[in-house]
Amino acid sequence: MSLNQEVELLKNIPLFSRIATSRLKLLAFTSERLDWDASQTLFRQGDDGDAAYIIMEGSAAVLIETDAGEVEVARLRRGDVVGEIAILCDVPRTATVRATEALTTLRVTKETFFRLVTEFPEVAIEIMRELAARLERTNAQLREALGTGGG
Amino acid sequence: MAAAAGLAAGRFLEGPHGMERTLFGFIWRYSKRDQVLLLVMTGLSFPFLYVSLELPKTIINEAIGGENLPGDLFGVSVDQIQYLFVLSGLFLALVCVNGAFKYVVNVFRGQLGERMLRRLRYLLYGRVLRFPLGRFRRTSQGEIIQMITAEVEPLGGFVGDSIALPAFQGGTLLTILIFMFVQDWMLGLAAISLYPIQAYMIPKLQRRVNELGKERVRTVRQLSERIGESISAIEEIHANDGARWALANVAERLGVIFDIRYEIYRRKFLIKFLNNFIAQLTPFLFYAIGGWLVIRGDLTFGALVAVLAAYKDLSAPWKELLGYYQRLADARIKYDQVVEQFDPAGTMPAELQFAELPDDVSLVGPFVGSNVTLLDEDGEAEVESLSVTIEPGAKVALVGPSGSGTDSATMLLARLLFPDRGGLSIAGTSLAELPETVTGRRIGYVGPAPHLFNASLRANILMGAMHRPVGPAHDRDTPAGQRRRAAAAASGNSTDDTAADWVDLAAVGVGTDAELEARLMQLLGRVDLDDDVYGFGLRSVIDPDEWPGLAEQVVGARRRLRERLREEGVAELVEAFDETTYNTNASVAENLLFGTPVGRAFALDHIAQHPHVRHVLDKTGLVNDFARIGRDVAMTMVELFADLPPDHEYFSQYSFISAEDLPTYQVLLGRAERLGLDGLDAEDRDRLVSLPFKLIPARHRLGMITPEIQDRILQARRVFTEDLPDGLRGAVAFFSSDRYNAAATLQDNILFGKVIHGRADAQAEVGRLLAEVIDGERLRDAVLGIGIGFEAGIAGTRLTAAQRQKIALARTLLRRPDVLILNQATGALDPASQARVMTAVFAEARHRTVIWSLQRAGLAPMFDRILVFSGNRVVEDGDFEHLKARGGVFASLIEEEKAGG
Repeated sequence: MSLNQEVELLKNIPLFSRIATSRLKLLAFTSERLDWDASQTLFRQGDDGDAAYIIMEGSAAVLIETDAGEVEVARLRRGDVVGEIAILCDVPRTATVRATEALTTLRVTKETFFRLVTEFPEVAIEIMRELAARLERTNAQLREALGTGGG
Repeated sequence: MAAAAGLAAGRFLEGPHGMERTLFGFIWRYSKRDQVLLLVMTGLSFPFLYVSLELPKTIINEAIGGENLPGDLFGVSVDQIQYLFVLSGLFLALVCVNGAFKYVVNVFRGQLGERMLRRLRYLLYGRVLRFPLGRFRRTSQGEIIQMITAEVEPLGGFVGDSIALPAFQGGTLLTILIFMFVQDWMLGLAAISLYPIQAYMIPKLQRRVNELGKERVRTVRQLSERIGESISAIEEIHANDGARWALANVAERLGVIFDIRYEIYRRKFLIKFLNNFIAQLTPFLFYAIGGWLVIRGDLTFGALVAVLAAYKDLSAPWKELLGYYQRLADARIKYDQVVEQFDPAGTMPAELQFAELPDDVSLVGPFVGSNVTLLDEDGEAEVESLSVTIEPGAKVALVGPSGSGTDSATMLLARLLFPDRGGLSIAGTSLAELPETVTGRRIGYVGPAPHLFNASLRANILMGAMHRPVGPAHDRDTPAGQRRRAAAAASGNSTDDTAADWVDLAAVGVGTDAELEARLMQLLGRVDLDDDVYGFGLRSVIDPDEWPGLAEQVVGARRRLRERLREEGVAELVEAFDETTYNTNASVAENLLFGTPVGRAFALDHIAQHPHVRHVLDKTGLVNDFARIGRDVAMTMVELFADLPPDHEYFSQYSFISAEDLPTYQVLLGRAERLGLDGLDAEDRDRLVSLPFKLIPARHRLGMITPEIQDRILQARRVFTEDLPDGLRGAVAFFSSDRYNAAATLQDNILFGKVIHGRADAQAEVGRLLAEVIDGERLRDAVLGIGIGFEAGIAGTRLTAAQRQKIALARTLLRRPDVLILNQATGALDPASQARVMTAVFAEARHRTVIWSLQRAGLAPMFDRILVFSGNRVVEDGDFEHLKARGGVFASLIEEEKAGG
C-alpha cells in the first residue's frame, strides 16, 4: 500500500473526513505503517503508552484483564482509533489490544497525535464524541451489571 | 619496597615547609647547583670578552698603523700584512668563542627555565590535588587552569635568567666599562654619565607598570572565570535568553583589560623611549670628548675606535639589565599571587596523600565517631556532635530530609572532609592520621554525581584499583626511558610511567589478567549494566586485527542467524544484502554503494555530490530519472512541510529538505514547471538529482522507486564498482556474504541486511534471535569485552546519569574496600534497577561495612540499622520496624513518601 492509498483510506474515516488531504498525507508520512499477524498483541494493559493506532485493514479485539481471565469488551475495525487514552491522559494502557486477523495499522506517536488534536479542533471533537460514546456504553454495561446483580 | 615506590611521587612535591614564600627562595631551593654552574660559565667568558675588546685597538694601532711591529711572533718572523692577518684571525676566533659561550649559556639557561617551569606547574597541580574540598566552592576551575597554564609561563623564562642574566650582562657591562676606563677615564665617565638619571627614573615609571600588571593578571583571571562559568551554564543561558547579558558582561571585562593593557603599553613605550634617547645621547659625548682627546694627542685613534665599538656593545647589556629589572618585578608579583592562591588553609600535607603503609593494613574494625562537628565557611554546623559506633560488617543507612547533614556526614566518614571538632577512628586508628593511600584504597566512596573520565568504560572502572604502578615502566631498559625519567627527576616531577601496569590485581582479588576480565564482566552484571554494555558492543566498529578470530566467528553467527530466522518462519523479517537484488528496506544510496563508506568520500549524507557517483548516474542514464524522481520528492516535501514553522522538529525527523532550503525548492519547482526538466540549468538539476538518494521504498511508501528503477540502480551498482578509480577502492567496504565488513558495526555484520520496515515487533523479534545466536556462538563475552571499550566521552556525557552511577559503583566495588560509603549513589536509577543494584551491592559486601545515605527512607528496610538525621544531628537510631513504630522523624518521612507517591 502506498502513501496515497493510505491517504484515501484515511479520508473515508469519519474522524479525519474534514481534514485537508495534504494534512492527512503528512499524518501518514510521519506515522509508521505496521503489519500484524493474527493474535499478535499491539499493547498490553498496564504498559506505558507512547502511541495510538489507526486500524487501516483487518480487525482487533480490546481485552480487559479480570480475575476470570481476559474479557473482550470491544472489536475494532477499519477506521477505528485505539490507544489514545493512554497518551491523552498519560496513564498506563487501560486494556490489551490483540489482532484477531491479519491487521494493518498506522502507528501515530504521542507528539504527532497531540499535534493533530491541537491543530484540528474537529478531530478533537470527534475523539471526544467517541470517548463519550464509550463512556455511555460502559455506563450502560454497569447499569446492566448492577441491575442483574440487584435483581 | 612499597613505601619507597609510594614516596617516588610524593618526595618531589615539596619540602616539609610547604611552598617557598618568595620567588628567590623558590629559585635558590630548587636550582642553586645549576645557578652556580651558570655563574661559573658566565665568569669564564669575561676574559675572552675583554680580549676581544682590546684586540681592535692593537689591530688599528700596530697592524694597520705600523707602530711597534713585533717583527716576529713566537720565534717566527712576520711582516706587517702577515701580522694583520694573524691578529684578524685571532679576532675571528674570539668572536667564535664569545658566540659559543653565549650559545651554551643560553641553552643551559633555557633548559633550567623550562625545568623550573615544569616543576612549578607540577607543584601547583599537586597542591590542587590536596586542596580542602571547600576551596573548590570558592575558586573556579577557570581561574586555577589560567594560573597553572598561562600565568606561570613567563616565570619559567625568568627563573633561567634570574641569577645568570644579571651576572652575565652586569659582568659584560662591567668588563666593557673597565676597558673604557683603562683607555681613558674621561671616556669611561662619559659612557656612564647618564646612568644615574636612568637608574632614578626608570624604576619610578616601572612601579606603576607593575601595579597595572598585577591588576591585569587579576582581571584576566576573572575573565577566564566568567568564560568557564558561561560554559558550565550554557543550558541556562539558552533557556533564559541570556546570551546578550553574557556578552555584555564579557565585553565589560574585556574593556577593563583593554584599558589596563593600553596603559601598560603607553608606559612601557615611554620607558623605552627614554632609554633609547639616553643611549643616543652618549655617543655625542664620545665624539666631542674623544675627538678632542685624539686631536690633542692624549688618546690614540685606535683607542677611540675601540671605545666606540665597545660602546656599541655596551647598550645591549644595559638594555638587558633594565629589561631584567622590569621582568623581575613582574615575576615577583606573579609568584606572590600564585603562591597566595595555592596555599589555602587546610591543604593536606603531601605525606598524608602519599605515605605508603605496609600492604596488609586493613580497616576492618569498629568505626567510631565521637562528637564530630563540621562547620561551613560561616561557622555554621553542617554536622553537629555526631557520636556513633558502627560495628564491622554492619549495614547502616543514613536517612534524613534534604539538607539534614547526611551528605556531609558521608563525606566525613570517607575522609573527604576533615572534622572541625571531634574525631573519627577506625579499627583503633584515627582517621585523620591515615594517609590517602589507605583511606582511598580501604574505604570506598561513591557520591550522587560521580565523575567519569574521558576514557573507555573499562579504564573508568579500572581506575578504582590504579593507585600506583605495579609493574616496571614500559621503557625501563631503553635509553629513551632513562632520558624520560632523568628529565622528570631533574624537574622534581613524578617518574611514574603511565604506560606501565597500574592495576593492583591483589586489591581486586584476582591473580591473572584473565581473571580480572572475568571479574569486570561479573561487576557489570552486579551493577546492572551488562545489557547496556552489550548494546555498546553490538554498535561498535572493531578492527578485526585486534580481535583475532572474531571476524570468522561473526560471519559464522551471520549464517546461524539466517538459519534461525528460517527455522522460526520469520526469514522475511530481515532483508539480506544480495548483490543481485534491490534492498527495499535500504536507502537508494546504500543500494547504489552496496557497501559501507570508509571515511568521508562516500558518506551517505553527501554521496550525491561525489564526481564518481555523478559519473555512474550519467553513464547509466539514471541521471534523468533521478531528476524526475527528485522533482516528485521535492513536490511531496513542499506539499507536506511548506506550512510548518521552520523550526518544527518534523524537518529534522522526516523532511528530505531542510527548512532553510524549502523556499529555494519551491521556486525551483516553479521553474521546472515552466521550462521542463531539460530546460533547467545544471545547478537546479543537481539539486533535484541529490534528493532521491535518501529514499527507502519500504519506509517512505512514496511509490517512486519502481521495480524498473530498482533494476536500473542495480545496473548502476555494477558500474559503480567496475569504474571505481583505484584511489577510491579504499573508500568503500563492499558487502560480501562470507566476509567480515571492517567498516560496519558488529550488529550490522551479523544481521547483514536490514530489519524490514512495517512489520510489528520485527526489531524485537530479530533482536531476540540475534541475542540467542550470539549466546549460542559464545560471542557474548567478546561483545561485552568490546562494549566495555566504549568511550565515556567528556565527563562521561555519552552515558546517562544512571549509567555513570553504575560505572562509579563498579569502580569502587572492584577494589573490595573494607568500608563502603555510598552517598545517594543510585539516585538516578529507575526503581527496579535500583533494587537489583542494592541487592547486588549487599551481596558483594556481605562481610564488609556498608554505610549508605539513602534518598528515600522507604529503601531502608534492607539495613540492620538506620541513623536518622534532622537539623544536622542524628535524632533517631535503630532498625526499620523499631523506628517506624516509634512515630518520630523517620515515621513521618515514610508517611510523606507514601503521600507523595
